Amino acid sequence: MARQIGLSVERLEDPTLLRGGAKYLDDLSLPGQLHVAFLRSSHAHARILRLDVSQARALAGVHAIITMEDLEAYLGTVRMPLSASPTKAVAPITPYILSGREVAFVGEAIAMVLAQTRHIAEDAVDLIEIDYEPLPVIMSAKEAIADGAPKVRMEAANNVLNRMHVAYGDVNEAFSGAAYVFREDILQHRGCGHPMETRGVIAEPRMDGSLNVWSSTQMPHDIQTNIVEILGIDDNALRIITPEVGGGFGPKYCAYPEELSIPAAARMLGRTLKWVEDRREHCLTAVQERDQFWSLEIAVEADGRIRGIRGELIHDQGAYALKAVNLPYNSATAVPGPYMVPAFEMKVAIAFTNRVPASSVRGAGYPQAAFAMERLMDLVAKELGLDRAEIRRRNLIPPEKMPYTKPLKARSGAPVTYDSGDYIASQEQVLAAAGWNDFRARQAEALKQGRYIGIGLAHAVKGTGRGPFESGTVRVNPSGQVSIFTGAAAMGQGIRTTLAQICAEQLGLTADKISVVCGDTGLAPLGLGGFASRQLVTAGSTVLLASREVAKKAKKLASHMLEAAEEDLELVDGKVKVKGSDVGVTLGELARVLKGAPGYAFPPGLDPALESDVKWQTEALAYSNTSHVAEVEVDVDLASVKITRYIALQDVGVRVNPMIVEGQIRGGIAHGIGNALFEQMIYDETGQPLTTTFADYLLPTATEVPNFETIYRETPSPLNPLGAKGVGEVGTIPVTAAIISAIEDALAPFEIRIAQTPLLPETLFNLIEDSRARGLPHA
Amino acid sequence: MMKQISINVNGVTHTRSVEPRVSLGDFLRHEIGLTGTHFGCEHGVCGACTILVNGVSMRSCLMFAVQADGCKVETVEGLSHAGAPLHPLQQAFRDQHALQCGFCTPGMLMTLIELLSETNNPTEEEVRDAISGNICRCTGYQPIVEAAMQAAKAMREEKV
Amino acid sequence: MKAPPFDYHRPASLRDALLLLKQPDARILAGGQSLVPMLNFRLLAPQHLVDLSQIDQLQTCVITSEKIRIGAMKSQRELENSAELARVAPIFPEAIRQIGHRQTRNRGTIGGSLCHLDPSAELPTLALLHDAIFEIASTEGVRHASAQDFILGAMNPALEEGEILTHVEMPVWRPGHGFAFLEHARRAGDFALASAGILVAVDSDGRIARLAICIGGLGDRPIRLAAAESELIGAMPGKDMFDRAAAHIAALPAEGSIHASAAYKRRIAETLLKRALETACARAAHMVSVA
Repeated sequence: MARQIGLSVERLEDPTLLRGGAKYLDDLSLPGQLHVAFLRSSHAHARILRLDVSQARALAGVHAIITMEDLEAYLGTVRMPLSASPTKAVAPITPYILSGREVAFVGEAIAMVLAQTRHIAEDAVDLIEIDYEPLPVIMSAKEAIADGAPKVRMEAANNVLNRMHVAYGDVNEAFSGAAYVFREDILQHRGCGHPMETRGVIAEPRMDGSLNVWSSTQMPHDIQTNIVEILGIDDNALRIITPEVGGGFGPKYCAYPEELSIPAAARMLGRTLKWVEDRREHCLTAVQERDQFWSLEIAVEADGRIRGIRGELIHDQGAYALKAVNLPYNSATAVPGPYMVPAFEMKVAIAFTNRVPASSVRGAGYPQAAFAMERLMDLVAKELGLDRAEIRRRNLIPPEKMPYTKPLKARSGAPVTYDSGDYIASQEQVLAAAGWNDFRARQAEALKQGRYIGIGLAHAVKGTGRGPFESGTVRVNPSGQVSIFTGAAAMGQGIRTTLAQICAEQLGLTADKISVVCGDTGLAPLGLGGFASRQLVTAGSTVLLASREVAKKAKKLASHMLEAAEEDLELVDGKVKVKGSDVGVTLGELARVLKGAPGYAFPPGLDPALESDVKWQTEALAYSNTSHVAEVEVDVDLASVKITRYIALQDVGVRVNPMIVEGQIRGGIAHGIGNALFEQMIYDETGQPLTTTFADYLLPTATEVPNFETIYRETPSPLNPLGAKGVGEVGTIPVTAAIISAIEDALAPFEIRIAQTPLLPETLFNLIEDSRARGLPHA
Repeated sequence: MMKQISINVNGVTHTRSVEPRVSLGDFLRHEIGLTGTHFGCEHGVCGACTILVNGVSMRSCLMFAVQADGCKVETVEGLSHAGAPLHPLQQAFRDQHALQCGFCTPGMLMTLIELLSETNNPTEEEVRDAISGNICRCTGYQPIVEAAMQAAKAMREEKV
Repeated sequence: MKAPPFDYHRPASLRDALLLLKQPDARILAGGQSLVPMLNFRLLAPQHLVDLSQIDQLQTCVITSEKIRIGAMKSQRELENSAELARVAPIFPEAIRQIGHRQTRNRGTIGGSLCHLDPSAELPTLALLHDAIFEIASTEGVRHASAQDFILGAMNPALEEGEILTHVEMPVWRPGHGFAFLEHARRAGDFALASAGILVAVDSDGRIARLAICIGGLGDRPIRLAAAESELIGAMPGKDMFDRAAAHIAALPAEGSIHASAAYKRRIAETLLKRALETACARAAHMVSVA
């Protein structure tokens, strides 16, 4: 069995992508298609008094204009189902497929125009007449939950979606018996996901009543469930296909109103419809991770060991929930991270505001938790006069305590158990690589030249491989070609290559001999899709087990055909061969036998098809851990930050394709840099978003992102047959904490305390000015 | 209202009647079916739609097809054909894992094609400056810079 | 995000262009790097676009040791790469390199930027710094306007309906002058939060003999620090002089944006001004010593 797992094999996806031949959603053109553009609310909260589409309808090239009333008459409901939920929503928390009475955020879809071209559809949108009665706007989650606050939506009982209480241990005792208690208030905001390809939907109704839907999504199966529920269409008549997906990063993890309105209208009118979200729409309507207000207290022993943490978290959910709300839960429960925290309590309030719904962006609440916890660690270090590494050393979970169970529950109800990893060794290794102990001398030297340099350290753990399962069928065709069908979703991360490698190793092939079909509910009807750094663990394990089954079956059949014992057979170069001889039979020949021929019996003990179908299940999460060190230089007169060095250590278990893992980590860190210093979705007090272009919403570019030095430890997870841990979000999680810590360190002479992300230059400028006003730095 | 235009794209002349408001990018993508040029923002910031017009890089969302009447346009599809070896820059992208989702890649490639036509020995800083108008959400840019350096080296050695 | 409908014209002569501009609701299309995004966002909906790209007269460029005369349709990148321009006015490539990105500089024109007049844009700042004269054509003839008179505010050039900026002309400073153009933006290539352009000549003692300072990005237009320029004649370059120059920033009008408050922009401008002066004076001194 030639090794494939662990090799940086070339990606199968690349040649087509590099030649511009890949077909993303907007690259598909179907005969007779009409183009869709939406009229969207220009108010953050308003009642719609009048909607007149007559002028727009009369425009040449406009085929139809569909409003909430039209949809309601056709569907019987205009409310979105709650996605990613095992149960239906019990309260009116989901958005409308189209809104016609009250709008609760800027960008909410009101009417859809169907026209010959997108240009004409947009012309017609401009001709729709609409009168609004503005209603009170709630922009702050804090204000939203205050007594007597005006309602974000008139239909809701109040502005609180939910309150959660996460706790374990004796928190009161932890604090009453503490040597020290420190307090920190933190404001966090992560902004938008911004995959370079926006969302988009094509719906093609066929004469036979079936419906094909293409969507640029991470969740084709969730969309399938939603459309079936709302349209009442037979499951078998509906197929969701994801074309090439130009990045996910969270925004494509939700099923959106457009993924229902477009299929519904297509069916209603019997026309193929195409909608491609433009970047402005993405800023207005794709989910974001927005404001979280944290108030935290930490109780420590005299030596800095943690006794307990308690606090409150107010989470800005926006006007609706598209799916079961998990972000603030992730944030609250992930606070203890890699540390031993004997007692813990978080009170969480999830508030509606008049903004676009919040949901996961790469990291899904974990970066905020890491930032909160690491800020506390830095605070304790400073107050106790300890090195920032030392305070962590005293509190990190030591390797001998692995597996380490926290008295917390994951969403599945399973206990939070860290399966493996050596957090202390990780820290020592990254500190050594960074020259942590020499930095003070370098810093002093720089300061003599008037330069402010700083270093920061941050850790995180990430539960990866979220279950309960992922599907996979591995099939050898009579041609000898091998196919994998999986419910996993490809969104640019190279999952096809990775799965092919896993399969190839079992079948004695190379990855390029295997084709992988992802994200097509017609070809893999069951599956969960792409989120929570899960697919390598779940789909990878499934494919591993299925491939092993196929290999076993191939050997069993070959043993009949070659008259050799199974133990004497091996899979090499697409053949099952007798070890040490040239005698063998190809996988294709074996597949041909098992394909069956009329009237011919299979050899004893063998059933049809050289294939295996597996749905590997898991409830536990495999915990990746990561330790990052950032170095920065701050120009105090321009209030600007330059990241001068970045070292990232991670333990993501067994790396199937180290090149792809490295790509995930680098991209994740760059995302974190955006979160730390650049990305913020800014609104004015009336709820108008002000950052709806790439000139205003700032993504990091090549001139802001440094080269990264990466280090890998490889502690296999005992929880899955691959020993893998997820990697997609891991790089992002500690970045803001490491960078902010470094900035604070650089500005130590200014005695600045930073408790927010992103740290925009304006904020830094004000902090520096305040310090200067206090006579700092001392001459 | 419609204007007849002729544009040479990757060596083939296409004559079409178009509305003046159709961008060059939309023309390439939807009139002549070359969908390798992508739109990431349609307001001239992300660089995914970068192509070469008369040999220099431009954003095809910030140009109307009528403005390119009589011009020579090069797109990602012209770099190498299926079945033929990848262009050295494309190969370098593959070797260095300089693409993930691939959406920004055509714009990155065309921008770097221009840079490498100006200098076959760029510094890393020059590469970063050249692609500073091309946004990538996947890679963190480092492998793209490494790919450009690898391609420059390959192209230098090819010429020697 | 598709542009609204318009009719398109690509005249081959200035005269034809001027006639076409007389149509109702007609607009000039130069490089389109600012206009087309506005069309795509439907912030504008002109009936006619008059594309000036085929008018040879607007492409001319004359660079001598006395003056620079640039046709309005010259691309920014051509100037960036002009060896002649770099020789007589090296501040040009230094500043132009900071405009947007290579793709937009390839397409963006000198005239387009000078008529769009983003307050942070480099070219209006350079024009003001260099005491540029704007040459403006209409069917009535040709008129001239100083940079001060032409630059009226953000997106507000002193152009009457039917007029076209055809050329911009600038006197060249003598060889050996010092220069610097510094700007600070959130990311490389973004519109600057503030910028500082300096031209300086020093006498044989190393004292300031002639000085031009222009600050961009603070208010609705770039602004010359005339008071500082005259105050500092005869001063010796050094920290004291740089501080005295920077003290003039406080009095300038400044407007905040989502990226920077007025106070922060002023601090950036002060810092850039001091640093630019230091660089420019060092370069001038260096030139003198070489001479």
